[in-house]
Amino acid sequence: MGFRGRIRALVVEHAGTGLPGPELERRLIELGFVEGAAVELLHQGLFGGDPIAVRVAHATIALRRREAMAILVSAEVPA
Amino acid sequence: MSSAAPTIALVGNPNCGKTALFNALTGSRQKVANYPGVTVEKKVGHFTTPAGRTLQIVDLPGTYSLRARSPDEEITRDAVLGRLTGEVTPDLIVCVADASNLRLALRLALELKRVGRPVMLSLNMMDIARKRGIEIDAARLARDLGVPVVSSVAVRRGGTDDLLREIDNAVTNLPAAGTSSWKAPDAGELRGGQREADRLLDAAVRRGGERDVGTARADALLLHPVAGLIILLAILFVMFQAVFAWARPAMDAIAAGFTWLGALVGSAPLPDLLKSFLKDGLIAGVGSVIVFLPQIVILFFFILVLEDLGYMARAAFLMDRIMGGAGLHGRAFIPLLSSFACAIPGIMSTRVIDDRRDRLTTILVAPLMTCSARIPVYTLIIGAFIPDQDVWGFVGLQGLVMFGLYATGIAGALGVSFVLKRLIWRHSAGEPFMLELPDYKIPQAKSLAIGLWTRATIFLKRAGTTILSMMILIWVLASFPQPPEGATEPAISYSLAAMIGSAIQPITEPLGFNWQINVALIPGMAAREVAVGALGTIYAIDGGEGAAEKIGQIVAGQWSLGTALALLAWYVFAPQCASTLAVIRRETGSWKWMWVTFFYMLALAYVAALATYQIARALGAG
Repeated sequence: MGFRGRIRALVVEHAGTGLPGPELERRLIELGFVEGAAVELLHQGLFGGDPIAVRVAHATIALRRREAMAILVSAEVPA
Repeated sequence: MSSAAPTIALVGNPNCGKTALFNALTGSRQKVANYPGVTVEKKVGHFTTPAGRTLQIVDLPGTYSLRARSPDEEITRDAVLGRLTGEVTPDLIVCVADASNLRLALRLALELKRVGRPVMLSLNMMDIARKRGIEIDAARLARDLGVPVVSSVAVRRGGTDDLLREIDNAVTNLPAAGTSSWKAPDAGELRGGQREADRLLDAAVRRGGERDVGTARADALLLHPVAGLIILLAILFVMFQAVFAWARPAMDAIAAGFTWLGALVGSAPLPDLLKSFLKDGLIAGVGSVIVFLPQIVILFFFILVLEDLGYMARAAFLMDRIMGGAGLHGRAFIPLLSSFACAIPGIMSTRVIDDRRDRLTTILVAPLMTCSARIPVYTLIIGAFIPDQDVWGFVGLQGLVMFGLYATGIAGALGVSFVLKRLIWRHSAGEPFMLELPDYKIPQAKSLAIGLWTRATIFLKRAGTTILSMMILIWVLASFPQPPEGATEPAISYSLAAMIGSAIQPITEPLGFNWQINVALIPGMAAREVAVGALGTIYAIDGGEGAAEKIGQIVAGQWSLGTALALLAWYVFAPQCASTLAVIRRETGSWKWMWVTFFYMLALAYVAALATYQIARALGAG
């Protein structure tokens, strides 16, 4: 919880979701997950910490870990 | 709709306050219909600009992109592009954005610019943005974006003045319809769009990336893994308490009103057949449906308040994993919750689910949730057969049985969805659960009132059309042929309904049902609770004060406990509602799914009632 970072890449080829990779990629981008955007983990669910709520730039987005796996984030080094 | 008035389309992200803006512009001059062939709600209204022009305005379902993923979003795309047959292409697109959450809206605005119609950006909820210290250079944004930008506060008097002025400007010199260069963007184009939107944002907006402090504090509690779930359950508890307790006086008053009206007709100097038609067919039939209006209004009051607050998305978040175990989508939570009042609004609200299979699963299991129409039947049988005593000293046995019936319905719904998803459709991964959690907002009384009014009129219209015609059909079945001269049995025993009841006797015998129950089940197809009144007719009891109690006494004397329990089990599962089936046909656009629902529910009901009766008999209660 409270993990902060910046999106490095979207890697959708091997995501274990019900969606084809390119479709998952488009949906993630439509919700604001683009390279360079700042992200912060805000909340997680009771069972297996799933789903999660993530702050991405100006919005808070809820998604499951399975889809979130496609978002590669590099941790922000505290200044 | 006249095509003479220029048409404005409102497009925006979900939760951007688009509907509040629509309500502020049109007030009561709006109506809700369905787009032809699909069941997406079409909200159209009219308003007059300061320059005295009357314009037509369409509120389109919220979307992040014109690239449609759900039936709702397809409508938005097709309406914007003018692809809907019989609908005019909008003359002006107003892109509505939440001023404190502009990032995704700007990307949508860039996409809308490619449609080839004039676009304008309305920065909505400016008051909230200002309060949070967000500064937006609207002039700069308008220059960079290349479209007019105005600010609006939908919920305040005069808050739409700027928008109206700009609309007036725009419609005075509308260009001829340009050609659309829009095509579904691929990932690269979307990424480019978002980059450009981020550039616009950096240039024109100061601050705005920070979280809303109030929302962050509330979420720390409301989205807490444990406390959040407890609070959700508490909210649901209050909601059901309200639906059942608060609605009672109003329901009693409506029922009394219809009884009085029936008695009035009953004593009028009219031919018997006409009297029966008016009293038993028309008044009793319509009355038995309208009596649920208070419950529906209260339920929708809660749903609309929670929705406007921004809590519904949180409820879906909290429930996603729990429902996911049964193969249901987190977003199915709201439709299934509504189905406790009535499966019809529940099924209608499945439109929030993007994936077709997820949506179908929800539609198929929604009728298994215990709707309020089952309550009169449950109450009658429980009151007649279950002793009014406490178990463990403090829990009422009758209440416990009632709770058991609810639990059985829920378990049935989870079981069916599990079987559908895991064994029949087998798409193991399923549709992703991704949604924005909007900042909390105080619900506005005016929007609530308009929302409630819309729901109530939709319900009443259906009661006046579909359900009324069903009632008339069932009255005919129960009234013809007429009893012969000197008949000793109640008139219904000579009717078509009784013939059908006797004909299916061999099939329902193993369930412990007698022919009277069979006959009551037929009018019960119109609406479940009508079965109670039908039993009254069959056992020749006049309606009016205390009728239900008298029916209870009679069935307690005539049925065995096994029969009563089997009938309860039947009612948990049986597809005893023609209107629900009609709505399923409409929502899925196919007869196939209606019949699938009908037969799977019938099979479950038969097996459940059979097992109940046979076990009860084996234990000596047959």
